[in-house]
Formats: sequence, C-alpha cells, structure tokens
Amino acid sequence: MSEKVGVYICHCGSNIAGTVDVVELAKFAGELPGVTVSREYKFMCSSLGQELVAEDIQKQGLTRVVVGACSPHLHEKTFRRACATAGLNPYLMQMASLREQVSWVTEDKALALDKAKAMISGAVRRVQLQEELEPTPVPVNPNTLVVGGGVAGIQAALELADAGYPVFMVEREPSIGGHMAQFDKTFPTLDCSACILTPKMSDVGTHDKITLLSYAEVEEVTGFVGNFHVRIRKRARGVDEKDCTGCGICIEKCPRKVVDEVFEAGMGYRKAIYRPFPQAVPKFPVIDRANCTFYERGTCKACEKFCPTNAIKFDQEDSFLDLDIGNIILATGWDLFDARRLSQFGYGRLANVFTNLEFERLCNAAGPTDGKIVLRDGVTEPKSIALVHCVGSRDKTTNPQCSAVCCMAALKFGHLVMEKTQAEVTSFYIDIRAPHKNYEEFYDRLQDEGMHFVRGRVAEVTDAARRPEEEGKLIVQVEDTLVGKQRRLPFDMVVLMSGLQPRADAKEVGLRFGISCSMDGWFTERHPKLDPVATMTDGIFIAGVCQGPKDIPDSVAQGAAAASRIQGMIARGTVMIEPVVATIHEEHCSGCRICNNLCPFNAIEFLAEKGVSYINAALCKGCGTCVAACPAQAISGAHFNNQQINAEIEGLLYDAVRGNGGAPKPVAVPA
Amino acid sequence: MSDERFEPKIIAFLCNWCSYRAADLAGTARMKYQPNIRSIRVMCSGRVDPSFVLKAFSLGADGVMIAGCHPGECHYLEQNYKAMRRYEMLRHTLLAMGMEDHRLRLQWASAAEGNVLSAAINEMIEQVRALGPLNWPGLWSENGGHQAAIERLPHEHAEALEVTA
Amino acid sequence: MKYSYFPGCSLEKNAASYDVSTRAVASRLGMQFTEIEDWNCCGATEYVSLNLTAAYSLIARNLAQATKNTGLDQVVAPCSACYLNLRKADKVLGQDARLADRVGKALAAGGLSYKPGSLHVRHLLDVLYQDIGLEALTAAVTKPLTGLRVAPYYGCMIVRPSFHNGGEDPEYPISLDKILKALGAEVVDYPMKAHCCGGHMTQISEDTGFEMIRRLIKGADDYQTDVIATICPMCQLNLDGFQGAMNRHFSTNYHIPVLYFTQLIGLAMGMAPKDMGIGDEIVSAAKALTKIGTAVEPEPAGPARRKKDDKSLPMPSRGGGVA
Repeated sequence: MSEKVGVYICHCGSNIAGTVDVVELAKFAGELPGVTVSREYKFMCSSLGQELVAEDIQKQGLTRVVVGACSPHLHEKTFRRACATAGLNPYLMQMASLREQVSWVTEDKALALDKAKAMISGAVRRVQLQEELEPTPVPVNPNTLVVGGGVAGIQAALELADAGYPVFMVEREPSIGGHMAQFDKTFPTLDCSACILTPKMSDVGTHDKITLLSYAEVEEVTGFVGNFHVRIRKRARGVDEKDCTGCGICIEKCPRKVVDEVFEAGMGYRKAIYRPFPQAVPKFPVIDRANCTFYERGTCKACEKFCPTNAIKFDQEDSFLDLDIGNIILATGWDLFDARRLSQFGYGRLANVFTNLEFERLCNAAGPTDGKIVLRDGVTEPKSIALVHCVGSRDKTTNPQCSAVCCMAALKFGHLVMEKTQAEVTSFYIDIRAPHKNYEEFYDRLQDEGMHFVRGRVAEVTDAARRPEEEGKLIVQVEDTLVGKQRRLPFDMVVLMSGLQPRADAKEVGLRFGISCSMDGWFTERHPKLDPVATMTDGIFIAGVCQGPKDIPDSVAQGAAAASRIQGMIARGTVMIEPVVATIHEEHCSGCRICNNLCPFNAIEFLAEKGVSYINAALCKGCGTCVAACPAQAISGAHFNNQQINAEIEGLLYDAVRGNGGAPKPVAVPA
Repeated sequence: MSDERFEPKIIAFLCNWCSYRAADLAGTARMKYQPNIRSIRVMCSGRVDPSFVLKAFSLGADGVMIAGCHPGECHYLEQNYKAMRRYEMLRHTLLAMGMEDHRLRLQWASAAEGNVLSAAINEMIEQVRALGPLNWPGLWSENGGHQAAIERLPHEHAEALEVTA
Repeated sequence: MKYSYFPGCSLEKNAASYDVSTRAVASRLGMQFTEIEDWNCCGATEYVSLNLTAAYSLIARNLAQATKNTGLDQVVAPCSACYLNLRKADKVLGQDARLADRVGKALAAGGLSYKPGSLHVRHLLDVLYQDIGLEALTAAVTKPLTGLRVAPYYGCMIVRPSFHNGGEDPEYPISLDKILKALGAEVVDYPMKAHCCGGHMTQISEDTGFEMIRRLIKGADDYQTDVIATICPMCQLNLDGFQGAMNRHFSTNYHIPVLYFTQLIGLAMGMAPKDMGIGDEIVSAAKALTKIGTAVEPEPAGPARRKKDDKSLPMPSRGGGVA
C-alpha cells in the first residue's frame, strides 16, 4: 500500500530560504518515492500556511505530511493540529528541522542544501511508516495531596479547598508552618511573620475540605496522573487526637527538658512531650520517645497522670492511611546550610557566632529569650553585631547558587537590632540583592537608619586578639574592597547569613514521587522559565523553595499556581495521556523479564500466569529504553518504532556510497 | 579526481529533552558547526538500540554520535545510564570487530549546552575525517587491527573491573 | 611499615631533637626508616623563585636518590618545607614536560634519574595519623600527658590545599589535635593553629616577623597553653628561638615552651625526656612538664543539670571535631 505524502518546505522568511535553496529542495522532495505534493511557502506556521496543508489533505487525499521548517519543539503541535482539523490523524505528520539544525548552523549554502535534502529524505521515509495514534482520556480524581505544610503548601491547600475540592495535607513535623513560623518579622514590610501566617494555618486546621495529617510522611506512591494511590504513615504521637483538648497541662508537668534542635534552631528548650510553638496547628502535642523517661525506664508518666481527658496513649503505634489522589503538590521546603562546614567563621566553636535562623529565634518575642537580643550567655546585650553575607552561598567550594533571601534578611536584622538595642550593626556583603517590590527602598531605608555596610568577603572570624582593643571581642577580618584595605573589625556578636539548601533527603523523596532533582539538588521543574511549578511527571507539581531559593511572595505565588493548574484539570474532569508509549507483543515475549527492571516508572510488570511481561500504558512515559533492550524485539515504541527509525536512517544516508548507491529505493513495508 | 577533501557522514541520535534542545539552542544562537552531521530525534538516549548504530554504519555512515542528558539529569530519571552501559558494550564490540575508536561517540549535553554540543560535533567530524571513510570489510581482513583489538579485550575488562576510590 | 627517610638540613642541627625523637618514636611503633643515601638540601623556599631548573634539579636529586632504596615507594619528611618541596617537585615535574626534560638532563649528568609519580611523598604527621592510626598510638601510651594543655600548631605549609593533604580542612585541620588527644593531653582549641609563623620574616623585617610570632604566642597564652606542639623546624625556631627577642621587642613576658609533637609522643610512650632531646629547647619546657607524671583521674561528669537561673543559650551541637 503506498502513501500519499505532502511535503512543505518553509522559507521562514529568510531564516531558512536565505541559506537553503528552498525551491530546489521542494523540487527534490517532489521526486522522492511516495511524495504526491511538494511545496515551498514563506511561513508555514501562519494560518495561510496551515490552510495549504489542510486543503491538500482534503483535495489531494494526502495520507502523510512532512513539514520542513523550524524545530518540532516550536511547531509540532501547530502542524499536528492543522492535520487533525483537516481530518488526518495528527501522528501522521513529521517535521524536519531545517532551521535550527541546518540553515542557522551551516555557512556553506551548497552543503546546507545537501544536508537539508538528507533531512527531508529521512522524514519522508519515516512518515510513511508512522501509524495513527489516539491519546487516551483518563478521569481525574478531585482529591489533591499537598506534601509539606509551609507557606507554599498552605497557600496551595487553601486555594484548592476554597474552590471546593478535597485536599489532604501531609506534614512531617508535629505542626504546619514550616520555616516561616520560626521567623520574627518579614521583609520589607516588617510584618510579624507568625501574625500573617497563623490565620492561614488556622484556616487549614479548620477547613472542612482539608484533611490535615501532621507528624506524618508519605510512604509510597503508585499510579499516574489523575489516579494516584498514596500510602501515608501517621507516626504515633502518643496522644489520642480524639480525646486531646490541647490544654497543655501535660507539657507543663513534663520534667524532661531537651534542646529543641528543630523549631528553636538549637537555641531553646522544649519538653519531651511538646508542641513546637504555642500557635501550633494542630494543637495536639507529640511525645519525643527518644527523650522520654517512660520509654527509657518505664517511670514518670506525669503527662498521663495529669491529663484531664486520658488522652495520653503510650502504646500508640504508627498507623497507615491509603488514599486515592488525583494530583500531588510537593512543597517540602529547605534545610539551612551547616555553617560548621566553613570553619573559618568559627560557628560551633566561638560562642557568639550565630546563624541567621538562630538569630530569628533570638529576635522572636516567643523565642528562647523573649525577643531580647543577647549573647550566648543569655544575659549580655551586644553593642556591636556583624552580619556576614553569603555563608554557603555564591561559593564554589560549597554552594554556587545565590540563596535569594539572605541580603534582605540581613537588612531586616539590621533594622531589628537598631530597633531593639543600641548596638551598631554592620553587613559584610558581596552584593546587595534587592530585586523585588519595595526591596531596594528597604535597602535605602536601612542606609538612612544608620546600618553600616562593608563590601568584602569575610576571610575569618576569630577570637585571637592582636591589640588590646580586640581583647574579648570577635574579630572579623575582611578586605574592604571599596576602600582597598584589609580590615580587622571587633564585634560582640557575629551572625552568619547561612544559605538555603535542598532538603537532605530531597533526592530520595523525589524518587518516591517519580520526579528528579537537578545537579544542584532542587527539584526539576518542567521548564525553568515557562513552567516552574509542573514537573516532567504529569500530576506531580512543585511549589516553594523546594524548586529553588525564593522569598515568601514567590513561594505563595507558586503554591497558588500549582493549585490553579490542578483546579483546571479537576474542572475538566479528564486528562489526555499521550499515546507515545511502549507495548509488549505477547506472542513474541519469552518472559525473560529483562525489561522489568529497566523502567523507573514501574510501568512494566510480569504476568506470572501468562509468563509474559506487560506494560501499563498509563504509567509509560515513552522513553523507549525497554524497546531497545528487548532481545526478541517484542516491544514496540509507538511513534518511535524500529521500522520508523531505520527508515529515517536510510533516508538520511540516501546519498552515502555504500547505501542505496545514490538512487532512493522503495521503502520497507511495515511488519 | 580533483583534490577533494573527504567529507564524512555522521548520524547523531539526539534525545528530545536535552541534546536535541541543545542542538536547537546552537541553532538559535547561530553557532556554526560543520554540516556533516545528520540528526535523528529520539525521546531518550535509552531508546538507541545498538542495531540502529550498526545499521547506520552499514548504510554508509562514517561515524555515529549518541547524545543524551547528563547522568543524573535524564528526563526519564535514569535511562541515560542504560544508554551509557549499552554504549560501552557496543564500543567494545566494534573495536573487537576491527572498527577504529572515535567512530562511535557518546556525548552528554544539557539543553543549555548548545556550545558544548556544537564543539563536540565539530571535534567528532574532524576525528572521523582524519580516520577516513569507514572501510569495514577491509579493516577486518586486511588491516589485522581486529586481532590486536581482541587481544586487548581482557586487559580492558580488567581495567573496567577496577573501581577507583 | 617501611619508608625512605628524608631528614632535611634542619634536623641535622637546630632541630636535632626532632630527628632524635622521630627515630625513637618510629622504631617503637614498628616503622622502619631507611635514610636516603647522600641526600642534599631541599632548597627551602627561595630557590624556586630564582631558577626553576636548578631548584627542581636540587630537589629531584633527593627523589632520584630515594629510588635507590629498592622496594620503598613511600618517602617521609618530618620538616614541612622539605615535605612541600619534595611533593611539589614530584607534581610539577609530572605536569611540565619541558621542565622535566631539563631536570632529567641535570640528573643524568650525575648518573641519576627520576620518573615523576613513582614515589609517594608524605609528611611525618600524615604517616603517623593515617598509617599508624590513633588506636595504635593510644595503645602505645604508658604515661598519658594528663593535665598538660597542649596547643597543636600546624603552621601554614602542611595545610596548603592544592597538595591534597589527606582531606584535612585547610582552615581547621584536626589530625594533630587528635594525636595529642590520644596521648592523653588536654588539647587547646588553638585559633591560630594554621596561621603562618612568618618564615624568614625575622631576617627581613623584625617588626613584621616578631609581630607574627607575638600573635601566635599570645594566642596560645590566651588559652592557657602549657606547651605548643609543632611539626616544622621553621615554626619551632620562630616560636622558640625568637620568643625572647620578641618579648624584648614588645616588652612582653611570655614563656611558652615549643616542642616537636614527636617529643610529646615519646614522653607519652614512657621514654626519657633526655632521649627525646628535651632540654635542648631555648624556652625551657621543664616547668610545664612537671604537670605530667601525676596521673589525675578526671571526675566522672554527672548528667549536666541546668541551674534554675541559668539563662545561657545552648551551643550548637557539634558533629565531628575533636571534643
């Protein structure tokens, strides 16, 4: 059966025509076997160009279309649509990239024409073996899973819930709020962080459409877009949420105090049974079994004794929840760079060197010092404070990235210091990054308020005094680049603006959901410019700092964007699964199972009763690795099968000496 | 016959997400490279069946390039590792069959690395040009190079087994 | 464990106690040192800035001589400058073919040759830390240096990052700290431990040279150090030999003895101070050393209880490090 191929060579203005003789090329194409129509036109992507194709399909009965134009990444959809509207299956169209891959990269016109001829020849042979394919509609479950209860996750959850769709929020810590709950004030408005966050947290806690699963983690995810199955592990709090009233007597009576490494950033204490902070949502406390006397020795039980509602359940165990979910948003946030890694700053060795997160807790009125800025002794007020920018950021030895928020946070700290104390405060910076709304104005304000700025990377923070005036102080050694001198400046306190890092387990978590991390450890978005909240895996979205360092407004915007995307899918009710998938031909499958372990999306399973392997088309992403691996060639990859690719190779080498001797031979008949 | 330079023909398999986009980027940035390379788009470097490579050589290609995403950055998570394994085995086999090294090349290029890909293309074209046209039957019987390649195999295996710390 | 041994010029004379204590400690720990035959000066620091070929030929001659110790591919140098020179020469000759060619000709004129990369040059500190290890050292300790506050002083040469110094953090190395701890000493968290001693600055500018020495001594004094432990004869000379001159220059009154770490290892292993060359130092260590020999049992620390009115904030938890 022979096909009727229509070939369309686009001039693309002079982008292609300026280098490639399009008329000659169209003539060449017209003489290839199978080609019925061959045209060249100025702008194929225009509506007139598309109409050309549609008309030929209808009037000439074309069964295949080849468009020699720009990159398929730009207009493959356009021409597929043009074919579809004319009644030709969109997968019976093939593009040859004559612009990005030929005219734009080749200088010699004659050689460019030769290459173009080969590319067209390849496309013409390939397209004749292409098959009709139909995308499959699958229903979309209206449930959404939001992983991470920081501000991005909270925003996403509220938007979906307010639109009337059910949301399950999973948060690893006992309370939602994330890092934003730890901050004192937010820049540049100097809003109290908890004051603007807690109303949203409270909304999440009381919303009838949101099921909050705190102190919980996602164990396993299977399925595909619109149809995920998620297993959640709810860790044992030791407190029965049905009976607990949140009165807090248990916390008061608990005799065990431990350093709170998480919420208080190691600066404060909490009890063995605790709520991370007073406005915690949910209000139920958690027993830290590793530090509880009862679990260590079987004694105490003060919390149980004093609980008025008998809500303490020491023998409570982890429980599991299985959920059907349509879409998932990962909003898992960030970890702080470990400043101990840069030993020259003395963090962990010199008492009065703090990190930015520790300083937030100092400033916070609900923090370990009730908001008083004091030295490590808990009492002395510093008279001079140094803020060291870019600790673990913009640093080839640790993290090359800029953490986006620390310059603004340093300005904020400067303001808070001057508001609460009489101390002098100095920023040691490389650049001041103040890109967003009112940020530069905030910088101006701090300069007016009398904050000091030294442009230079700090070489060392040391207590080794050289002169009497340095005794008992922390000395910051820095090259003041604007003055052109080395300086040693004494301070009572040094705050390191430590950078933002991906979560330690980001890669592992990503794999659990089927998404990847980029080389720098943040989750990979579908497109860094045009699609920052979607991932390469349909149905899994990312929002907030887990996608890359950003400030609160951007995290909120991304949470909302992800929610909006999902709302659109739920509103439509179905989502189309691309038909570019692999299929196993049972009759050829010997059950060797080599393909089983090749699929990172777990799309291939072995059917024991039949003794063959089977691919779940909804899970298959169409990479083709299993197709290439099957020793029996029992797997075919739709739209990229062996015959099609071999035909393309033949076409590309049509003029090679050992090939078809220059004269194009008839195309192989599909199996 | 005039003093014509040998123009090799090289087939490149470019993965849709990274290396094909890198080629697109090279185009958008007007980075010039020699036209001896003709590309085929596949969804993933893992799709490249060794038989495609052999087919290309048998039909007249003088060189074949397989290009994909950097390890760790594959759109399909880890399939480029499979491409890497296949490439190693294929290269080994081709050497043992008497083909010269550098006719088959595995190249990583991310979507932002148009310059890397175009430089690699130019480099490969020159390498293959220096090797001359693929003269496979000749290599096997006349050259005797295959014998040396077979004798080298156990050493290469031993080297490959040594895991560097 | 067998090594080619490169003492270097300093260990012949002013750092003789380093040489003596090193050999004694090595032999007790089962290491066999074979001195390189007819070794010559490594050129210390200035030569490389004057004439590359001559400087590297001078250094490479030692490497060539070392290859005569058949079967030994490890060269150990106690002096940091010698270590750095030998190691650098091996690396540079491996990278610069033209220089290697000229040096090769120079060596050949003396009937010698050296193939870069064929020897592993190690500092004595690295050998004791990696090859002997802390466990073996602890096991060899019979008279722990309990109660002696020792400041580990690395000097600047051994921590230079480009020579891949066994993974030590160049800003905050810890191998010597750990060795001293294994000897039972109270290790001072010395902030100046990797800061330069000034090298030859005392000859060029007394103001600068003595100031650099003063900072190091003062830093140790601020932390109530009894003894500074060094791993380099230049550092030892500066801190010990010039301590008096420095004191006079600044009208200060420091008296902190500076010993080689091998002398302390020897003492901890029960060897006699005289056999370790103790007494040769200019700032006498006698008073400081009266502290050891009295084994004081540290009181077992009970669970730390915070006082009711203790407002102090906890320090960040330390992962790794010496404590």
